[in-house]
Amino acid sequence: MTDLIRTPIIKWGAAETASAIAKGEVSAVEVAQAHLDRIEAVDKKVNAFLHVDTEGALNAAKAVDEKRAKGEELGPLAGVPLALKDVFTTKGIPTTCGSKMLEGWIPPYDATLTTRLKDAGVVILGKTNMDEFAMGSSTENSAYGPTGNPWDLTRIPGGSGGGSAAALAAFEAPLAIGTDTGGSIRQPGAVTGTVGVKPTYGSVSRYGLVAFSSSLDQGGPCARTVLDAALLHEAIAGHDPLDSTSIDAPVPAVVEAAKMRDIRGMRIGVVKEFAGEGYQAGVMQRFNESVELLRELGAEVVEVSCPSFTLALPAYYLIAPSECSSNLARFDAMRYGLRVGDNGSRSAEEVTALTREAGFGDEVKRRIILGTYALSSGYYDAYYGSAQKVRTLISRDFDTAFAGVDVLVSPTTPTTAFPIGERADDPMAMYLADLCTIPSNLAGNAAMSLPVGLAPEDNLPVGLQIIAPAMADDRLYRVGGAVEAALNEKWGHTLLEEVPAL
Amino acid sequence: MNLVSYEDALASYDPVMGLEVHVELGTKTKMFCGCSTELGAEPNSQTCPTCLGLPGSLPVVNAVGVESAVKIGLALNCEIAEWCRFARKNYFYPDMPKNFQTSQYDEPIAFNGYLDVQLEDGSTFRVEIERAHMEEDTGKSSHVGGATGRIHGATHSLLDYNRAGIPLIEIVTKPIVGAGERAPEVAKAYVAELRELIKALGVSEARMDKGQMRCDVNLSLRPNGTETFGTRSETKNVNSLRSVERAARFEIQRHATVLTDGGTIIQETRHFHEEDGTTTSGRIKDNAEDYRYFPEPDLVPVAPAREWVEELRAGLPELPRVRRARLQAEWGLSDKDMQAVLNAGAVEPIQETIAAGAPADQARKWWMGELARRANETGTELSEQPITPAQVARVAALVAEGKLNDKLARQVIEAVLAGEGEPDEVVEKRGLAVVSDDSALGAAVDQAIAENEAIAAKIRDGKIAAVGALVGAVMKATRGQADAARVKDLILEKLGAA
Repeated sequence: MTDLIRTPIIKWGAAETASAIAKGEVSAVEVAQAHLDRIEAVDKKVNAFLHVDTEGALNAAKAVDEKRAKGEELGPLAGVPLALKDVFTTKGIPTTCGSKMLEGWIPPYDATLTTRLKDAGVVILGKTNMDEFAMGSSTENSAYGPTGNPWDLTRIPGGSGGGSAAALAAFEAPLAIGTDTGGSIRQPGAVTGTVGVKPTYGSVSRYGLVAFSSSLDQGGPCARTVLDAALLHEAIAGHDPLDSTSIDAPVPAVVEAAKMRDIRGMRIGVVKEFAGEGYQAGVMQRFNESVELLRELGAEVVEVSCPSFTLALPAYYLIAPSECSSNLARFDAMRYGLRVGDNGSRSAEEVTALTREAGFGDEVKRRIILGTYALSSGYYDAYYGSAQKVRTLISRDFDTAFAGVDVLVSPTTPTTAFPIGERADDPMAMYLADLCTIPSNLAGNAAMSLPVGLAPEDNLPVGLQIIAPAMADDRLYRVGGAVEAALNEKWGHTLLEEVPAL
Repeated sequence: MNLVSYEDALASYDPVMGLEVHVELGTKTKMFCGCSTELGAEPNSQTCPTCLGLPGSLPVVNAVGVESAVKIGLALNCEIAEWCRFARKNYFYPDMPKNFQTSQYDEPIAFNGYLDVQLEDGSTFRVEIERAHMEEDTGKSSHVGGATGRIHGATHSLLDYNRAGIPLIEIVTKPIVGAGERAPEVAKAYVAELRELIKALGVSEARMDKGQMRCDVNLSLRPNGTETFGTRSETKNVNSLRSVERAARFEIQRHATVLTDGGTIIQETRHFHEEDGTTTSGRIKDNAEDYRYFPEPDLVPVAPAREWVEELRAGLPELPRVRRARLQAEWGLSDKDMQAVLNAGAVEPIQETIAAGAPADQARKWWMGELARRANETGTELSEQPITPAQVARVAALVAEGKLNDKLARQVIEAVLAGEGEPDEVVEKRGLAVVSDDSALGAAVDQAIAENEAIAAKIRDGKIAAVGALVGAVMKATRGQADAARVKDLILEKLGAA
């Protein structure tokens, strides 16, 4: 631990931090304060946080210290600070989902995930910025301004969970929570050089996760290392009777898998469809090197074809907007959140319309309109119905692939972080950022993005996507842990040590 | 509007009906959350993030709700789906917290059944059931400041979400054709039979007056002898048996009036008015109304195991038709008498009165006599009379104990109906108890003998039958409060004819 003590607290990983607190080398309050100070110092530039809960964080840290003082056993993440995506409800703490619609809304209840974090002694520092209602790939759709990518503040940190990913890369928190509907954990992970995992659909409770697309949304861990992600994964996953779609089965042994660092004999498939036009040269270079590394580490690598994956993007842009058009109908100015134009003479209907006009941003409106159209009678079969069939085809492609390999790999996203504003007026270009991540959401399986270096042409991070069958999340960590260890050894340091000072 | 007479309407047109009945289940908790379903609580006190539709909340299906739905389906002779899903019915309305109702669409839990109903002439009419599906109730809006209590003219509205999420089963008939002039009667008989069935299953109290059972009457006319259905009107929330019959009847006349004038029927919802039995236009249902149904992604499919369904089938209680046959035998009634009991809606009250200890003949006598007359006069349901079966049973017991005679018993019943309290309280307060005290009666008997010497002489001579006249005199003198049997004994005793 002597090395650790010389390193600033904010650079520590979650596992190290928890261990230092448990041993009494540092108090949880000191750790929390160090991160609050860091947020104070850099977040004006980064804009990762929408709300910082200084008092709540220090109280939670104090409780951990008191528990330790009483000699009670601490959990593996007790006292570790975390940045929570502002899409999970937090009792008494604002939850906006990056939207004007929910400005000032104080939820009366905690999400199951929030409760689990609190029970684990995790110190929630605050709520992070995101694309409005998780719709976007750049965090530019937040009603509260874009988040900067700590690697280059003029570039996007990915989205929708750009705030969570940026908080990690800016050393504002060692852990963060994201949600992944079409890539919103993995793509921000890839472009910020951090680790992001979308667990198997149904393995992390959605109770208290403000829904974008119910059949696709999945909360998951974000961290700077594979082991930290695994520790967080273990803390938040597991059956929840409040979520009917929650899987009632033991959580795969992800922490153990993260520590294995041995992939000899594993069979790994390279998805043939995820390459070619639109893929940045540096991204493909790092990806190909990663595949080579997997071979060197003793895995058997084969090329697999998943022909239906090319239909994933259009299918996603029918299913997700359809569900969102219904999920977001509740924002009607009647019970909570924004209310516009209630002058005493307007009808409820008029006030609802004025509020939705003023409260939703362009992308949210675009998707509500798309979804409303796709579900309309006469169009349902052609749009929503066909998209569901594509979804089945994609699942079958995965089944076929996983009959021959243990995991699949691809680039996480076709390019490195693009400049803020570059795709803001081109939704189709923006949607392409999720080309490789969407199939896993449609199939409900597990996937990870792992940093594998910087693209030579722009010195920005590149992510490797690893995909495992549903409920085989441990395989992600086994592969990710081995690759991470090999790369750190090769580089002599972690990738994030190269992130510029803010 | 001058309505075409009912007879004239039927002379030209053939009514086609569809009945949609919503039953609020009597589960302890709501369909998708743990909130209480108790009626009458402080507004919005029985709510949680889920039934308020707060951001992030999720539904969990109430297993008892599913069980009740399967029981209803089985009792309606339906097929039970092996696998079905909930669906979202999307539309904006402030009393719907999520602005979609979690319902079922093309995959109902029960479908293709029938219910045989008995008409007043004793014949049976089979009503075919399209489907029975599960859904949740909405909250309740109260429109304040207007004259009518409807949204039109109101200054503001209040919302109570206690009702939001209460489990509902919607039971939809196939088009009811061939009922002809008896269509309104069929409608009433169907709803009555369904209500009995629901109560027998124990899944709801099915009180129409409390909104636990609500009926929509869809009706269209087609010219006699033609096949194609006409445009229908949907009369919403018709909330008593009598109103169901009246609404159907009125709509037949209204449609006929419009059609006879060469007009066209607009597809619209209509409101029924209890006061005068008419309907007025509500919301026009044009093609713009599109609920954008899609499978509810927050819930997993419901797949009732076949063994479980069979267990439920085996455990179904005696169904009303079977029960009626049994009761008829137990009560020793002719077909005609039983039909009269049925027509009067007296089965339940009589049975409950018997259960409360009254003999069958007494129970039937009161409900079919005094109380049926009153229901008829006031145009109300027998079961709605302000007297309970237990109270009727108590009156019967007082008669059996000799504490009341028939005439006094009738007064007690009237007093209970007038809200004067329990039978015993009425007897006490009004001093109605039968006089059976011999010393008090003795004087009256002596007086009667003295005033009717000629009759007394006949009795002394053995013409015992003449005693009736003396008993009558005593009863008159005691203003009916004497125990007639005891009076008779005393007279005979005094005249040495005992």
